[in-house]
Amino acid sequence: MSTVTPDQLGHGHDDHAHGHPTGIMRWVTTTNHKDIGTMYLWFSFTMFLVGGCMALTIRAELFEPGLQIVNPEFFNSMTTLHGLIMVFGAIMPAAVGFANWMIPMLIGAPDMAFARMNNWSFWLLPPAAILLVTSLFVPGGGPSAGWTMYPPLTIQNGMGMDLTIFAIHIMGASSIMGSINIITTILNLRAPGMTLMKMPLFCWAWLITAYLLIAVMPVLAGAVTMLLTDRHFGTSFFNAAGGGDPVLFQHVFWFFGHPEVYIIILPAFGIISEILPAFSRKPLFGYASMVYALAGIAILSFIVWAHHMFTTGLPTAGLLFFMYATMLIAVPTGVKVFNWLATMWRGSITFETPMLFCLGFLFLFTLGGFTGLVLSIMPVDIQLQDTYYVVAHFHYVMVAGSLFAFFAGVYYWIPKWTGTMYDERLGKIHFWSSLISFNVTFFPMHFLGLAGMPRRIPDYAQQFADWNMVASIGAFWFGLSQLIFLYAVLKCIFHKGEKAPAKPWDGATTLEWTVPSPAPYHTFETPPVIK
Amino acid sequence: MIRIRRGIGALGRKVLTGAALCATSAAAWADRPWNFQTPVTPIAQQQYDLHLYIFWICVVIFVGVFGVMFYSLFKHRRSVGHQAAQFHENTVVEVVWTVIPFLILLFIAYPATKTILALKDTTAPDMTVKVTGYQWKWNYEYLGEGVSYYSELATPLAQIMGQAPKDEHYLLEVDHPLVVPVNAKVRVLLTAGDVIHSWWVPAFGVKQDAIPGFVRDTWFKAEKVGIYRGQCAELCGKEHGFMPVVVEVKSKEDYDKWMGEQKKLAAAAADDPNKVWDQAALVARGEKVFNANCAACHQAAGTGNPAAKIPALVGDPVVMGPPNDQIHVVLNGRNAMPSWKSLSDTDLAAVITYTRNAWGNKASAGLVQPAQVLAERGK
Repeated sequence: MSTVTPDQLGHGHDDHAHGHPTGIMRWVTTTNHKDIGTMYLWFSFTMFLVGGCMALTIRAELFEPGLQIVNPEFFNSMTTLHGLIMVFGAIMPAAVGFANWMIPMLIGAPDMAFARMNNWSFWLLPPAAILLVTSLFVPGGGPSAGWTMYPPLTIQNGMGMDLTIFAIHIMGASSIMGSINIITTILNLRAPGMTLMKMPLFCWAWLITAYLLIAVMPVLAGAVTMLLTDRHFGTSFFNAAGGGDPVLFQHVFWFFGHPEVYIIILPAFGIISEILPAFSRKPLFGYASMVYALAGIAILSFIVWAHHMFTTGLPTAGLLFFMYATMLIAVPTGVKVFNWLATMWRGSITFETPMLFCLGFLFLFTLGGFTGLVLSIMPVDIQLQDTYYVVAHFHYVMVAGSLFAFFAGVYYWIPKWTGTMYDERLGKIHFWSSLISFNVTFFPMHFLGLAGMPRRIPDYAQQFADWNMVASIGAFWFGLSQLIFLYAVLKCIFHKGEKAPAKPWDGATTLEWTVPSPAPYHTFETPPVIK
Repeated sequence: MIRIRRGIGALGRKVLTGAALCATSAAAWADRPWNFQTPVTPIAQQQYDLHLYIFWICVVIFVGVFGVMFYSLFKHRRSVGHQAAQFHENTVVEVVWTVIPFLILLFIAYPATKTILALKDTTAPDMTVKVTGYQWKWNYEYLGEGVSYYSELATPLAQIMGQAPKDEHYLLEVDHPLVVPVNAKVRVLLTAGDVIHSWWVPAFGVKQDAIPGFVRDTWFKAEKVGIYRGQCAELCGKEHGFMPVVVEVKSKEDYDKWMGEQKKLAAAAADDPNKVWDQAALVARGEKVFNANCAACHQAAGTGNPAAKIPALVGDPVVMGPPNDQIHVVLNGRNAMPSWKSLSDTDLAAVITYTRNAWGNKASAGLVQPAQVLAERGK
């Protein structure tokens, strides 16, 4: 390894004479965790742009009252596919991309445990994405019952819904395989001396996330399979006329759906927990309690699902149980936020782009956490359920939460990935532009929800006009801001920038910074020893 | 562009006046487009207060926590020469910031629990209304009153498509609102005919899903006369944004007067069995009744189905014979034919008149009046 010149590495050539394929076949057949991580991240970004265009279609229609641009049916398809694509196509694959790139390097492993299955996990995703997007062009139009796919409305959808169901099956299989891979890698391939409680927190976050995925993806697969048989094979799981219950679907869906929320946010917690200490030049505060908090959040996530169903008419005892359990989530989440603050406290803080995104995350995710607490209060939730307040809440935790953490992660690790420093000025512009436009878009949605605007409507009453106009302006601004990110990343990939040293961040302590930048195609073939 | 600029200008003015108002008066909060609508029921009032209570708790915590963060970001920067300490745990602090949030939660849970118990209590209502959601309208049925009607969006399409100016209650107006008396506990039973809908009136603090095949209930007690507007809150298909809920709360006297009128209308709409019909009108109505109820066996052309032993009605001796015999058969059934007592006298008279005149039949007594059916039914 030590004889390899950086130039060879920069072009991603294998330093062994294995006769690996080049060009497109390199990517199709690769079993290398770094290649696969790269593909996951590009796939994710592509889907982020596709889902983003759908969001902008929604915001364009909602710019002012009346129907101007799309018809209501297409509008419903846009909200549905925007949700599905962002959750399953953008956020989850991005997290798996980070896992692929970073977990082996963070624990000193040569690759993922099941390298060939890793390839297969990724290559299942593009067909799923194609099914989702082409569902818009089949007879009957795309799925239009919302990403939550509640029957009986789902039963009325055209064959676009079937394509969506198959896409979810495929993405579920991909997630389960990826999770098995991550768990096996973390449990078996850690470098000698790296006990579980010495692992970087990102690995802990992903270990717990992977267990969540394995627990709930089959539940979702079951739910959509029942939808499929209700649609085509005469079953009545969700049809009262045949002895079923439409609300049963909601219970099963949210038994998946609430852990899914943490599947989306836990890897982001992991990334933040790596970056904050590096730029505070101080060890992570309360490592053990961070691990317990992650586990606590994961366990609680299985007993809170019905807070998504407070208006379905649950019995009083059920309402009280799910309200109390939901409120409890504030405790471990609070512990995490306090630990992050204590990590910065009396540090030696600098404000490079990754740190800025971490701080943006901290501030806005916590705001989303507070609105979550408000929503957990069942009597208040009655007013807010299915309004724009909920839309604001989950975009604060998923966009300003997960997405900002992923941006932080990209800026933090891209010197290691490409060997080139990102453009700090571009990074900062991207941050401030995203931060401000995000709030211009989503903060007014709190007001809309409080004032009584339901979500998923293509047209609205006059009193909602002002804030909708503001939100739409913010949305286009936010969307355009992401092109800055694309440009900054491309500059690194094409080596237009300062050459990155092996360890560009003086506060960073983890193993990936001990290998050259860009990271060689194979790292840690001989495991490092952790003292 | 002009519209956009005007919108932004109006927005700016609203923000400024709104900020001025909310700074001076708490009551003004309620009428701004950034808080709940002014509550008119006890439950909505509790929700309103609960929300503000939690909101202020969150604000205090938020300011405290991020005050600390910004202090740290300001004081503990490398650029001001701060050297990093290396501490990384403190059990006492960690226990404290686990326990304190838990205690705060108890203070939130207590009032929330009280409100839940109150809002789930649907016992002892003064009246009950059954609300059924359909794609895309509501049906209101006053149980025990025999009054029932549909409530649909009244906004003209031209306004939605931008061909006419939008009026004040654009998308929040219906042809027939739900009407209830003030200060009465109204129990609402909800169900749906097709997909899940959700009946929501923000000022009442009521939002309850209407689930096809099941009945759920909720209640409200409006304490102020007025018109209150809400919308369907559960995605129910392409017209989901176009099925508003409008409730008109009237004084007890006005309500009673309105209900009296509704009952008269309902009675007038029902068929009077003593009405004397002319033959053409009965034949026309009878054809519809026949096709809906009889044609499955006797066939639309009255040819019957000999293979299944269902007689043809063309030239049938009962159809061509005395009316009372035919009325008797239709009312009571015969062999495989069921009783049709469930149809109204007018429908039965119509369908009998139809068979006596259709397909070339020329019965001697071609016209059968509802009163004859009524008389035969009584035997």
